[in-house]
Amino acid sequence: MRRHVFILALVVGLFCSVPAWAGKVVVKGSTTVLPIAQKVAEAFTQETGIKVSVSGGGSGNGIKALIDGTTDVADASRFIKQKEVNRAVDNGHYPVPFGIAYDSIIPVVHPSNSVSDLSTAQLKKIYKGEIKNWSEVGGPDRPVVVISRDTSSGTYETWEKKVMGSDRVFPGALLQASNGAVSQAVSKNKNAIGYVGIGYLNNDLKGLTVDGIEGTKATTLSGEFPVSRTLFMFTDGWPKGDTLKFINYVMNPNKGQKFVSEVGYVSIF
Amino acid sequence: MAISRQKKELFMRMFFTLLGATGIIILTLILLFLVMEGMPIFSEVSVTDFLFGKYWYPTYDPPDFGILPLIAGTFSVTIISSIIAIPLGVMTAVYLAEIATPRIRGIVKPIVELIEGLPTVVIGFFGMVVMAPFLQRVFDMPTGLNLFNASIMLAFMSVPTICSVSEDAIYSVPQEMKEASLALGATHLETIIRVILPASLSGISTAVILGISRAVGETMVVLMVAGGAAMIPGSLFDPIRPMPASIAAEMAEAPYQSEHYYSLFAIGLVLFVFTFAFNMLADYLAHKHKQVGAATL
Repeated sequence: MRRHVFILALVVGLFCSVPAWAGKVVVKGSTTVLPIAQKVAEAFTQETGIKVSVSGGGSGNGIKALIDGTTDVADASRFIKQKEVNRAVDNGHYPVPFGIAYDSIIPVVHPSNSVSDLSTAQLKKIYKGEIKNWSEVGGPDRPVVVISRDTSSGTYETWEKKVMGSDRVFPGALLQASNGAVSQAVSKNKNAIGYVGIGYLNNDLKGLTVDGIEGTKATTLSGEFPVSRTLFMFTDGWPKGDTLKFINYVMNPNKGQKFVSEVGYVSIF
Repeated sequence: MAISRQKKELFMRMFFTLLGATGIIILTLILLFLVMEGMPIFSEVSVTDFLFGKYWYPTYDPPDFGILPLIAGTFSVTIISSIIAIPLGVMTAVYLAEIATPRIRGIVKPIVELIEGLPTVVIGFFGMVVMAPFLQRVFDMPTGLNLFNASIMLAFMSVPTICSVSEDAIYSVPQEMKEASLALGATHLETIIRVILPASLSGISTAVILGISRAVGETMVVLMVAGGAAMIPGSLFDPIRPMPASIAAEMAEAPYQSEHYYSLFAIGLVLFVFTFAFNMLADYLAHKHKQVGAATL
């Protein structure tokens, strides 16, 4: 009987102590930042032996985990909101932001579409539902099918801020829940227009230039391309120990930042 | 051993009571959580504005939390998929139970049950990659991701459920009822319509409700193929956004305990009330049309 109690205690003890086990960094949050975090974590573990657990779930969930103290690093494709800062401080956590990469959001159409440039004003009118036919912007006589992202995604938020201004995307816009789903939907529909992160451009999509500027790494870094955003990692307080090592690794131009370009985003250095 | 049989009996009784109670307690806690996380939104918007508001813009400033387009989406897709699925499912069941030879039945029934087990994401993917471009090409629609496509996919999903449950009900109608009918000179068709279907009505209505409530709560398929426009559909080929799709798409990024977060839980609550009502209806129908005597299921 005593032995059973002992084993039970041991098992319970093991389960409770897992998070504190031999150097482990927990990273949670934005699905946009996820590919970067995964690549970097893999290389980081190989080099240092420190285990990193990476999971997605969205910027909101990542920051929520930071507020609850269940993650060391929160990935976010948007900046933290005032309400979230307040709640974190109430819980005794102090989020510190690190800008780790840039992402440009490129409007895309079906490759058969002859339109290749739209101004920000035209994009805004399309997403407000005012331009309903491609012929109004110099394209073929076909209806415009507007594809947007779910309103809480970071990609959508950037689009809203940089393109829509204070106007709303009209209710008839189709909603897709991920970059991948948008590119899938646009590549299957010759009437469609959508927008995806620069890393998701492929041969099935035709990227448009905005105000005559092509979305590339150079135009993103120079700030010329109008629709771009910073991707963040938040830590709980100024990072220490393993978390500090991880953040340093991410920011290192020859290490973490190399993977940023590899997965299709724009590196900071 | 010192444990008496009475004690053993008592122990087993407690053990099974506890197991049974666990499920119920967990469900109650989930409901409680849903209510607790959903209710705070009603301090921001009134229940009427929430249920009947025409605009769903939860992240704008100022936000709009009107879920009427989402409710309309759920309703329209449920009704149209039922129109497709109920006749198909019930008639397949009649065929399998009454008309098909045992050989065909032995082949088709397992296939139907296999289709029932198809992961919904596979059905959704099929709708998105195969069905949508097909519909768009054939009917020349602006987009193939719409109400019609979603209804077909949901019908495809609920037909096997409706079919296999009602087939069981029809098959279990006692042989003597059928024989009595035939002995009185009724044809096979008359027997099916006048005797067998009424006798298995409670089983069939349960099957139909089960199939429909599967469609109401289905998330993945509608998220992938319904298009997702938060507007009240004006035609069969308009894109829609049913309630589960909205929750699934937005929950991940909604700031924790923000109004948006609360409103998504409130949508979940509305959805729960819907499916609950459906199940109550199923229960009621099953009891109302319950056959007593030889045809008791």
